[in-house]
Amino acid sequence: MSTDAILSFEEAMEKYDPVLGFEVHVELNTKTKMFSSAPNVFGDEPNTNVNEVDLGMPGVLPVLNRTAVESSIKIGLALNCKIADYCRFARKNYFYPDTPKNFQTSQYDEPIAYDGYLDIELSDGTVFRVEIERAHMEEDAGKLTHLGGSAGRIQGADYSLVDYNRAGVPLVEIVTKPIEGAGSRAPELAKAYVAAVREIVKNLGVSDAKMERGNVRCDANVSLRPHGRERFGIRSETKNVNSLRAVEHAVRYEIQRHAAVLDSGEPVIQETRHWHEDTRTTTSGRAKSDADDYRYFPEPDLVPVVASREWVEELRATLPEPPAARRKRLQADWGYSDLEFRDVVNAGVMDEIEETIAAGATASVARKWWMGEIVGRAKNADVDPGQLGVEPATIVELSKMVEEGKINNKMATEVLDGVLAGEGTPAEIVEKRGLAVVSDDGPLLEAIDAALAAQPDVADKIRAGKLQAIGAIVGGVMKATRGQADAGRVKELILEKLGVSA
Amino acid sequence: MTENNSTPLIRLSAAQLAAKLAAREVTAVEVVQAHLDRIAAVDGGERGVHAFLHVNAEEALAVAAEVDAIRAAGGAAAEELHELAGVPIAVKDLIVTIGQPTTAGSKILEGWHSPYDATVVQKLRAAKMPILGKTNLDEFAMGSSTEHSAFGPTRNPWDLDRIPGGSGGGSAAAVAAFEAPLALGTDTGGSIRQPGAVTGTVGVKPTYGGVSRYGAIAMASSLDQIGPVSRTVLDSALLHQVIGGHDPHDSTSLPDPLADLAAAARLGNVDGMKIGIIKELHGEGYQAGVENRFNESLELLRQAGAEIVEVSCPNFKYALGAYYLIMPSEASSNLAKFDGVRYGLRVLPEEPPLTIERVMGATRAAGFGDEVKRRVILGTYALSAGYYDAYYGSAQKVRTLIQRDFDAAFAKADVLISPTAPTTAFKLGEKLDDPLAMYLNDVATIPANMAGVPGLSLPGGLADEDGLPVGIQLLAPAREDARLYRVGAVLESLLEEKWGGPLLDSAPELTASPVVEPVETLVDAQEAK
Repeated sequence: MSTDAILSFEEAMEKYDPVLGFEVHVELNTKTKMFSSAPNVFGDEPNTNVNEVDLGMPGVLPVLNRTAVESSIKIGLALNCKIADYCRFARKNYFYPDTPKNFQTSQYDEPIAYDGYLDIELSDGTVFRVEIERAHMEEDAGKLTHLGGSAGRIQGADYSLVDYNRAGVPLVEIVTKPIEGAGSRAPELAKAYVAAVREIVKNLGVSDAKMERGNVRCDANVSLRPHGRERFGIRSETKNVNSLRAVEHAVRYEIQRHAAVLDSGEPVIQETRHWHEDTRTTTSGRAKSDADDYRYFPEPDLVPVVASREWVEELRATLPEPPAARRKRLQADWGYSDLEFRDVVNAGVMDEIEETIAAGATASVARKWWMGEIVGRAKNADVDPGQLGVEPATIVELSKMVEEGKINNKMATEVLDGVLAGEGTPAEIVEKRGLAVVSDDGPLLEAIDAALAAQPDVADKIRAGKLQAIGAIVGGVMKATRGQADAGRVKELILEKLGVSA
Repeated sequence: MTENNSTPLIRLSAAQLAAKLAAREVTAVEVVQAHLDRIAAVDGGERGVHAFLHVNAEEALAVAAEVDAIRAAGGAAAEELHELAGVPIAVKDLIVTIGQPTTAGSKILEGWHSPYDATVVQKLRAAKMPILGKTNLDEFAMGSSTEHSAFGPTRNPWDLDRIPGGSGGGSAAAVAAFEAPLALGTDTGGSIRQPGAVTGTVGVKPTYGGVSRYGAIAMASSLDQIGPVSRTVLDSALLHQVIGGHDPHDSTSLPDPLADLAAAARLGNVDGMKIGIIKELHGEGYQAGVENRFNESLELLRQAGAEIVEVSCPNFKYALGAYYLIMPSEASSNLAKFDGVRYGLRVLPEEPPLTIERVMGATRAAGFGDEVKRRVILGTYALSAGYYDAYYGSAQKVRTLIQRDFDAAFAKADVLISPTAPTTAFKLGEKLDDPLAMYLNDVATIPANMAGVPGLSLPGGLADEDGLPVGIQLLAPAREDARLYRVGAVLESLLEEKWGGPLLDSAPELTASPVVEPVETLVDAQEAK
């Protein structure tokens, strides 16, 4: 798809110093929308969660959602920001059919939260501080679906459908200051930063934080400059990079692409870029200049948001334990070694393990499944482990079956594959695939008799006390039962049958 | 008005009708029918008043019949009826209503039906006031003459060749022509008060936030305010009490409980009150007849015991300029939603390609009239990067200065007074091609919108040179709307005593025109042009 030249990452790093910047949009999980009483629900029939306000009908007025303001303040506090005691909304004017009023009601130069930071722990344990410029409130737009033409883009489409269910959903946009000094760890930092923001908003309970649903969306800004130069290079903004892995890949790709452009002596074009998960490349979007004129002015239909010190302190008191403290606590609770725990964090399955333990698994079982089985499968499928859709209950069920001897470990991994393939619950798959461990002695005894009869010499050796020969008979029984027999039980029965005590 | 048993129902005030209805001397159906008959007689036809864009006969009669049934049944339900139950009202067609079209006087909304009621309309329904129909206005309330309506102008009942003021010329003319005892208007820069002045009626712009704006199609959100239109000061107070009060759907609506405005109107006493003449709002630029009637009113108030003082508001001279930056800026954004995507008119471009941008452009080009386009362009320009500080930013500073002028003035006077408009009604077409001359009509009314303070216009008599009505404007501090009614009622009674009856008694009789559906006629006439 893309014909852009790229340099190898290593070469790019030798020549250039990357500067990053992120705009992360977080959809709040309030009951109703930012400015209307329509429900804020994902996945319903198009245009059902709308009222006259969301549709921008003549005469309507917005009313600010108090819970959304509280959630925004909580996010600001968790990002170590200052909270504005007085701030306003503005109108961002532009004509586009996903915006029913043809302006977006958004905070502009008076964000509710500003001047914060977030300490990001990289995979080797080093901590990198990302400065937060601001977190501001705004409303989401509707969702356009372009039909006909190619690639689902508006260019060349025959027509477009619009769903206003998402119009007016409360958003908090978190904007970083330029991030310098990440060097070759820029892609890793990018992923870790977005993961940290996601963790914070999930932990606060203010967002469902599901990236695959667009609850957390990342625009990644990348620019390069020659080593030692202070002035930033021209940046590109890759829009809607919506998985943690994609954030890492997109930043890496843009670094490589910028490096090739700069090497060719051409200037980088300031523009938005579209991310393509299939090819792991970006393509040119819309030219973006700082002169884009949205004719911002203060929203006259809303009164200023006044956040008293008392209110902010009240909210601060409700904040849950910060993620770093939480990690410390979880590691202690689970009894993982430092290395084990870091692997879990780096693999991005800490929440999943916590949920699995909460669902009834032991800490070691949960780690075994996630780290031993699921992370590898996710890597093969090129997705984040959480995106595979493995429910904590599935793991609990699988490990229980193994414990109870209904299936063995080998079968359990096969059942997991079945679950991932959408064949049903573990119990259903065991049933369908006929995977249960044969524990009924009847069929086993028949198979043992047959095996002994087939190899009388081996049977004699065992009778004579050469117990290591038993393997050949066990093997025959396992073969006859297509691996479904419990090998331990088979051994016991053979010895019993031959009257030999182990 | 002086009332006797032979007075036709349409000439009674809302308070008089309410009393007759409560005493069961007359039924609400009779009252509504009398007004529908009057509308049929004088509103349509080539020389009709054309105050109405839509007549809502069936629903109005049904509501009236419901009120009559409740009264006839008696008991608690009858006791609980609102005092204005059964008193009909006309609603400016900028205010959305379920069951009737709402056009805002624009082709871009022709045929559109709102799926929801404005808060003020819900309140009218709760009070069981029959809605007679929707009144004409300048397109999106942009104008001072009602000539910018896409559906043809409204005529002034005092002289059918003259403008009824604007933008709420329809509401004022309907009340002046006895087609309705009450009406709702909206006032962004004078759209209730200036039509009141030139039609000899009463109009009130309440304190900003005093009446919910939810469901009033916005022109300039920080200036717009819904208010009452009537023939007497008391009637406006009664209607103000129906529509006022906090609304959770309007963030800018005041939380204050509503004062007893009707009691203020009935109090009738200005003894010892200080009334301030605003130096900058009379004299040069004001018609001699307007100035004479204004001075006469001052003399009457003085005789009634008020102390007349002079105040200066030096920044008022910048009000008009600042207004014509803030209003179009907000309007350019408020009117962006009219794009043919979700509702209203949709026009496809004549040439391909058929892109969304071009459909929006063609729709807006065909759907908006010249004055709307003028203001959208002006506002878009004023908000543009690089111009924002010089235009919108400076205008907001002027606004602060105007507020300070008011603060200083109200430190010296309880109420301020001025002519409502510099001239009496001008001729239809006279200023249509001169926007600046048209804008100057609102020079005395705009400061109140800029500062959010309440204003009332009442008839001050007829100008000597043309025999047309002159309006007197009273202004009070924010949240002190009651003072307007108190002083207004006193002045009204002093003037009526002098005239020997209401001013409108001296208006020429309107001759019945052939009954024609007014809207259709004028739309057709326009299209034929």
